[in-house]
Amino acid sequence: MPSPALGSQPPEDITAGRRRTELSMLMFAFAIVAFAFASTAFSLKGQRLSTFVAIMIAFIAIMIGAHLAVRRWAPYADPLLLPLAAILNGLGLVMIYRLHEAGRNGNAGPVSTAGNTIPITTLSSSAVTLQIVYTVLGIGCFVAFLVFVKEPRVLQRYTYLLGLVGVFLIALPAFLPSSISGVAGTGAKIQISLGGFTIQPEEFAKLALAAFFAGYLVAKRDVLSLAGRRVLGVDLPRGRDLGPIALIWLASLLLLVFESDIGTSAVFMGLFVAMIYIATSRTSWLLIGFISFIGGAFLAAKLFSHVGLRFSVWLHPFSTQNLIDYPQPSYQTVQGLYGMANGGLLGRGLGNGLPYWTPLVQSDFIFTAFGEELGLAGVMALLLVYGLIVQRGLRTAVMIKDPYSKLLAGGLSFMLALQVFVIVGGVTRLIPLTGITTPFLSQGGSSLVASWVLIAVLVRLSDTARRPPPRPIQEEGLTQVVSVK
Amino acid sequence: MNALTLTLIRVAFLAVLWLFVIAAIGVVRTDLFGTTAKARRARSRPPQRQPQRPPRQPRPGRGTPRFLVVTEGGLSGLSIDLTDQQITLGRANDATLVLNDDYASSRHARIFPQDGQWIVEDLGSTNGTYLDRQKVTRPTPVPMGVPIRIGKTVLELRR
Repeated sequence: MPSPALGSQPPEDITAGRRRTELSMLMFAFAIVAFAFASTAFSLKGQRLSTFVAIMIAFIAIMIGAHLAVRRWAPYADPLLLPLAAILNGLGLVMIYRLHEAGRNGNAGPVSTAGNTIPITTLSSSAVTLQIVYTVLGIGCFVAFLVFVKEPRVLQRYTYLLGLVGVFLIALPAFLPSSISGVAGTGAKIQISLGGFTIQPEEFAKLALAAFFAGYLVAKRDVLSLAGRRVLGVDLPRGRDLGPIALIWLASLLLLVFESDIGTSAVFMGLFVAMIYIATSRTSWLLIGFISFIGGAFLAAKLFSHVGLRFSVWLHPFSTQNLIDYPQPSYQTVQGLYGMANGGLLGRGLGNGLPYWTPLVQSDFIFTAFGEELGLAGVMALLLVYGLIVQRGLRTAVMIKDPYSKLLAGGLSFMLALQVFVIVGGVTRLIPLTGITTPFLSQGGSSLVASWVLIAVLVRLSDTARRPPPRPIQEEGLTQVVSVK
Repeated sequence: MNALTLTLIRVAFLAVLWLFVIAAIGVVRTDLFGTTAKARRARSRPPQRQPQRPPRQPRPGRGTPRFLVVTEGGLSGLSIDLTDQQITLGRANDATLVLNDDYASSRHARIFPQDGQWIVEDLGSTNGTYLDRQKVTRPTPVPMGVPIRIGKTVLELRR
């Protein structure tokens, strides 16, 4: 490391100009989103300029608001987190606009005929407006978090409360009747819909649980990392210390079985294992966590048919039984794969593909829509943007001194990475497909708002990590007088 | 719609998207390594481009150490460029080299250049500073390659 400050704080002259960097990156992001809108409008028929201008003005106003809030309440924060999240959010808006135009205004789109049993994607005419409202809500929560949580350690006081809230939110849909909590056509019970308004509590539960794990592990990490014995070159923890991880394992399997929500259960389990590993730096936890989750998932696949079906679709998507016979369980996966194949290396161009043939393309499968219209080159750039957000988060975790904040930053960044891995791995058939949202891109309010809260926590943590230490007023001696702002 | 225009638009969009990613990586880079040496020089240099050269520093020749290298302890492997600034060592946040060592004091010792030599001085530490096996009681010149021990950390000057 060339800097003599040893990664504790960057030198002052660098910190000072960071907000200007953030603003210029944000401007760059606006330009790209505007370009994306223009390119979409160019390819689609019957577009009005005023619509795009209105959407762009709304988007820019929201993000500038967020930027001003960061200037005011988190002046030392990392300059990349906001622009990176903003560009994903903006491209998500473009894609939702594009999908919502399919079949309207003389554009090509899915034709629904009377005998058609294939679920096709048609978005309601208010989809784009709604997504903008969700963006406003997300940025509202982002700003509120920065205003009300000045010091990340405040969250540590509410460790067990947050844990209870998280478990409650995750378990709630399982106890509600399917008419309220079921997602039509998937058999999953992950949402609460009342009076036309739907929220997915798990999105918020994940954040609450990350905060709970951080608090719990800070308290328990010594006993988890020191006690134990060595077997076959691996440090095994004591039996009684395995209790909590066993409990989490059981909870995630229950989630799998009762809510049929493999994605969230994997994210949930992965988050805990990663955080326990960060806290103790013992590889054995990774092994224990990974092996037990794989074992549990295979057991569940054998015992419960709906879980087994996911595995069958993953392994044999093109078999007659899965693709041709009613109800065609692998139809969605295969359409997504064909979509990406249609895109190839450089994509068909925004507005020129046929992404609407994939069911649920606006939420779970939005990544295949990007794959079709932007091609491999485009989705690689998107993945790198996610990677950079994760890198900034992990960098914050390295820089920050307080162990609770360290764990929280590490855990949240890992969770984002894992979520992207699970859904992108799912649609590309690397791992069994599980229905979770793609952060920032997918249509849906809960996911967008929760993702913005995640970014807010990371911004707050990075602000704390990069805040320069108070300057000593008098230089010599062991007792220092410092000015505290 | 002209197929060529469409192709151009879509390739241009991808190019701009990648430019964004590269710009972001540039910001990460600035964050890790500071502003580039060129930019910093340009900023700090006054407008007149060729002032009379400051009296030439003796070039780092055979006998002049250029790095302070940590050879043992938690920071083992780390090396610091020696400039004409003093280097403070200790557990305090404002030390040049923040030691993560339970046996070091907050302001443990400093190493500073004088007449072409590097001098180590103990700053009243609890556990003392050792140059090779000798306890440092007053400012002492440090020969190259001789270990300076502070708690569990061992440092030495290298070319």
